Amino acid sequence: MLKIEDAKKTFLSGTPNERAALRKLNLTLNQGDFVTVVGSNGAGKSTLFNAVCGNFLLDEGRILLDGQDITFMPEHKRSRVIGRVFQDPMRGTAPHMTIEENLALSYSRSKKSPLRFAIRKSETQMFREYLSRFRMGLEDRMDAKVGLLSGGQRQVVTLLMCTMVSPKLLLLDEHTAALDPATAARVMEITKEIVEKDKLTTMMITHNLSAALETGNRTIMMDDGEIILDVSGEEREKMTLNGLLDMYSQKRRKQMDNDRMLLV
Amino acid sequence: MVLILGSLQLGLLYGLLAMGIYISFRILNVPDLTAEGSFTLGLAVSASLTVAGHPVLGLAAAVLAGALAGCVTGLLQTKCKIHPVLAGILTMSGLYSVNLCIMGSSSNLSLISNATIFKLMYGWLPGVDKDICKLLIAALAAAIVAAVLILFFRTHIGLCIRATGDNEDMVRASSIDVHSVKILALAVSNSAIALCGALIAQYQGFADINSGVGILVVGLASVIIGKLFVRSDKVGRGLVISIVGSVIYRYIIALATSSSLFPAYALKLVSAVIVGVALSAPAWKEQMEIRRIRRGGKAHAEN
Repeated sequence: MLKIEDAKKTFLSGTPNERAALRKLNLTLNQGDFVTVVGSNGAGKSTLFNAVCGNFLLDEGRILLDGQDITFMPEHKRSRVIGRVFQDPMRGTAPHMTIEENLALSYSRSKKSPLRFAIRKSETQMFREYLSRFRMGLEDRMDAKVGLLSGGQRQVVTLLMCTMVSPKLLLLDEHTAALDPATAARVMEITKEIVEKDKLTTMMITHNLSAALETGNRTIMMDDGEIILDVSGEEREKMTLNGLLDMYSQKRRKQMDNDRMLLV
Repeated sequence: MVLILGSLQLGLLYGLLAMGIYISFRILNVPDLTAEGSFTLGLAVSASLTVAGHPVLGLAAAVLAGALAGCVTGLLQTKCKIHPVLAGILTMSGLYSVNLCIMGSSSNLSLISNATIFKLMYGWLPGVDKDICKLLIAALAAAIVAAVLILFFRTHIGLCIRATGDNEDMVRASSIDVHSVKILALAVSNSAIALCGALIAQYQGFADINSGVGILVVGLASVIIGKLFVRSDKVGRGLVISIVGSVIYRYIIALATSSSLFPAYALKLVSAVIVGVALSAPAWKEQMEIRRIRRGGKAHAEN
């Protein structure tokens, strides 16, 4: 489904602040995979997402989505098939527009004609049904400005905007990190519901290691622009929180040993 | 009576300008200084075609010319990544030469002896007072443009323009090309402004190369005055309110000049002061509120 080949990206290359964000990264996602991505700050998780979404172009390597080479496709064209939810609830919605208008805007991306009326009765009814599934009372507030909603409600609206027209790939960038624990749990539940219902191919960045192991069917760990761990299936089921942490320090140590060997 | 009717006519005509400014400044949230150039562009195009005997064609051509000017600013802003304010100044400045060229390198064109749409109207409605005819045209123009724009902002592309002014990231994530949306919005805004210029040229019976100076402030003043009376985030209402604001602005100006409170040349200063005061009102209000709360706190502590 998604295939990343030898992706390489270096920021500020040629300056003293040069930083390799992705080092020859390879990753293949199968149809319907729900991958959780863990790793410390600066490991390159968000860079990986940005590369897939087209915020910048890769220095080297290719990205294939559903067999199509999207390495040089502009950002707005990729977003037709890639949905993305950010950590910041303010980013995914237009605050001065109503819930209905926000949903209508993202829904009509599947339609071609720019001069069709944006708000239609039949579609409004459909939006209402979608919203009512989340049991947050949003279906009765379709005329409310999104800016008046709480962070959790905004994230749910964003999630719905990204998934109403099923994307080929859904990217969740710590989308519950800015929410209180109870709301975060509820948003995570809704996320699982949506992903399972439409069998969406999904990648989710999280700093919650136990959530990373409980959610989805595969977990990858990133460090310094590389994937240092990729577990799925039985191996993953047996993996415990401590196991994951051990694995992390083990890999790190091995790397350091190698460095030391070089220096000695 | 002449003053009352005249101000109403002017207010409605300049309502088109106010709507154009409303689109760029309020909806798209971009300070677009092209207005000064595109207003005169409309004026020049309309005047020279009227001299050539095509007043109605002059209006249509002005709309197209305005759209083109908006596209140029839009391209400079988006594809060339020039700061919006500078992009507008560049277009405005370049348009000065273009306008002179259109007016046959004279800074003034008189339409006294030519048929304008206003004179055509007198012919169609014999026996009706001339001022009523003028008012009819002004009201029709304002109503038609407002209706077209309101419908436009209900379409998908209209919604995209509103969203771009609100949260660009979200629009990009909805697979919409932000650059094209901005260019289109500026084209629509400037074609309304150019049409305003075109009507004004035929209304006053002459075109002057300097008519556009300070026109941006006039438009902004109208939008702001309108907002003082009705607060609404709804685009349709916002557009209509801009026309109302424009009419009120004309009455304020008429009052100020007819009461010989100010000499005629103080007009632009008065407009600038109105806009300055209106824009700073929220900040003043906040200061007063803070002072009030502090005073309350002090009194409480002393008790």
